[in-house]
Amino acid sequence: MGRTLWELTRLRLLLFLREPEVLFWVFAFPIIMALVLAFAFKDRGVEPSKIGVLASAPDAVRKALAASDELEVETYDDREVAEHALARGRIDVLVSPGAASEPPLVHLDENRTESVTARLRVRDALQAPLRSGPVTEERPVAAVGSRYIDFLFPGLLGMNIMGTGLWGIGFYLVDQRQKKLLRRMLVTPMPRAAYLLSFITSRFVLLAAEVLALLAFGLWMLDVPLDGSIVLFGLLTIFGAASFAGLGLLVASRARHIETISNLMNLVMMPMWLGSGVFFSYERFPEAMHPFCRALPLTALNDALRAVMLDGAGANDIAPELGVLLAWGVVCYAVALKVFRWE
Amino acid sequence: MSAPAVSAKGLVRRFGTVVAVDGLDLEIDAGTCLGLLGPNGAGKTTTIEMLEGLRRPDAGEIEILGMGWDRDGPRIRQRIGVQLQETMLQEKLTCDETLRVFASFYAHPRPRDEVMDIVGLVEKKGARVGTLSGGQKQRLALGCALINRPDLLFLDEPSTGLDPQARRRVWEVVEAFTSDGGTVLLTTHYMEEAERLSDRVIIIDQGRIIAEGSPQQIIDGLDAEAIVEFRIASDRNGADLPDGLFDDLPGAGSVRRSGDVVSFEVTDVQAAVFALLQRAKEHDVALDDLRTHRTTLEDVFVSLTGRQLRDG
Repeated sequence: MGRTLWELTRLRLLLFLREPEVLFWVFAFPIIMALVLAFAFKDRGVEPSKIGVLASAPDAVRKALAASDELEVETYDDREVAEHALARGRIDVLVSPGAASEPPLVHLDENRTESVTARLRVRDALQAPLRSGPVTEERPVAAVGSRYIDFLFPGLLGMNIMGTGLWGIGFYLVDQRQKKLLRRMLVTPMPRAAYLLSFITSRFVLLAAEVLALLAFGLWMLDVPLDGSIVLFGLLTIFGAASFAGLGLLVASRARHIETISNLMNLVMMPMWLGSGVFFSYERFPEAMHPFCRALPLTALNDALRAVMLDGAGANDIAPELGVLLAWGVVCYAVALKVFRWE
Repeated sequence: MSAPAVSAKGLVRRFGTVVAVDGLDLEIDAGTCLGLLGPNGAGKTTTIEMLEGLRRPDAGEIEILGMGWDRDGPRIRQRIGVQLQETMLQEKLTCDETLRVFASFYAHPRPRDEVMDIVGLVEKKGARVGTLSGGQKQRLALGCALINRPDLLFLDEPSTGLDPQARRRVWEVVEAFTSDGGTVLLTTHYMEEAERLSDRVIIIDQGRIIAEGSPQQIIDGLDAEAIVEFRIASDRNGADLPDGLFDDLPGAGSVRRSGDVVSFEVTDVQAAVFALLQRAKEHDVALDDLRTHRTTLEDVFVSLTGRQLRDG
């Protein structure tokens, strides 16, 4: 059993290392993704609102607007051109002169956040000459651990652990089934449990490589924090990987063709890409959906990774998440063993 | 005589309403090779898979090396070698790595170099499976089946799809195994393969045995020394030939026509061919591709079923 398990594990790793595409998706892709997203959401400080003002507006209004460093003002001679610019989103609001002694008019699109922000800034700018000093003092959040990339990185890590777990096992298994290699092994005295177990052992080896590479990149290149214990972090990724190995085994337990397994995998992963808080917090979904989101293994993994990395959580704090991961892993593995199709 | 290496009685296997194997009995004496010959869909693969323990028969009993699948599965598997039809080995592994994985399944594997030597792949040891020719892949698959020094070897169409030379090299490996005292069960639809490798042959059709014995016994059973075959050229005068034109030639047995090919089973080749040529001349018929060949298992199959082995 031990020798068989070792050889089967070695076999899987050899085959893995000999697939350049797979290496790309596992190692290069998440790093590229983190880089792109980090760049897209990098801290840009206060970005001014782009607003339009008609040349016919009173001088005082135009001056007050131009004086604000929160506004980037474009002056329009032609009302129609200005309205078109607003409709197309090139400017966030348009300021036009009011009738007779009325205050100026602000035209805006209330469905656009930028538009609403710009309205407030315009209001603020026009009131500024009437005030003696600032109404509030501001302290922007810039500490490490609260940037978008800090939120994103654990999510990407979780998503990668899920992706390689499911695809790695699913494709390999269905490929072997399709090649009738599973049948060939059935006529040998190979212990079946060793075969299934080899998926989990080889997964752990790959996991170590994958997580270490990503973590090193995150810590050094993106300055993502790891506040909690690295041992707990490692344990957590092992729980996550085992959970998804079980899920992968279950999803691939009966599929005969690569197309089938592709569809099944996407079907299983889709709810988690959206509902597990990879790119944005699942708390943005309606309250009623939160329990479902939290029951997903990827949510448990992401939440626990964030707790450990960002909040320095201890083992007790993430016990519920570990429980969810364990439950998924055990149940899936047990069902997979029952329904597994060897032919 | 020692106990048979394989013994099966009354095997039945159905797939839905189709009866793939219909009450089949067979025995293989230790140290001999039994060839299971039949067209595609005759039930050869289903039969061999039941004997390999891959499928459960719906009825019947199987004993392998004196053991039963229900109780002794793992022990049987230690002692048999199997080559399945159309198994594809991992293309990205080398030959040696492939054998290494299979070796790890057995309690007492052979040294891998020894296996490479037996199947003639020593110089391909470090080559990826994907770079091998069809014949080399097949020999590697044979190597995987021999890695545990099996007493009994199951080969399901071992040379299908190979060119004649590659086929002969596969045969040499099998012959070396039997001459060392190994027992073989072989399925094939090549009569030449069955004749060359088998001590005994069972011809099956539609899940039943239709002939059994040594290749020579089965051929002798047809009571024809040779087969005479020719085509009738279609362009002479264009007139239809009278029915039964060649029916009563001296020394010739039953006549068979498929398309414009006519064939006879003959007991006296000289007399029959002489009479045939005379008859053709009398009726001004041109015979194309006239040839005779020694009776083969294929002819026996055609005679018994009216169909060819190859196209089932």
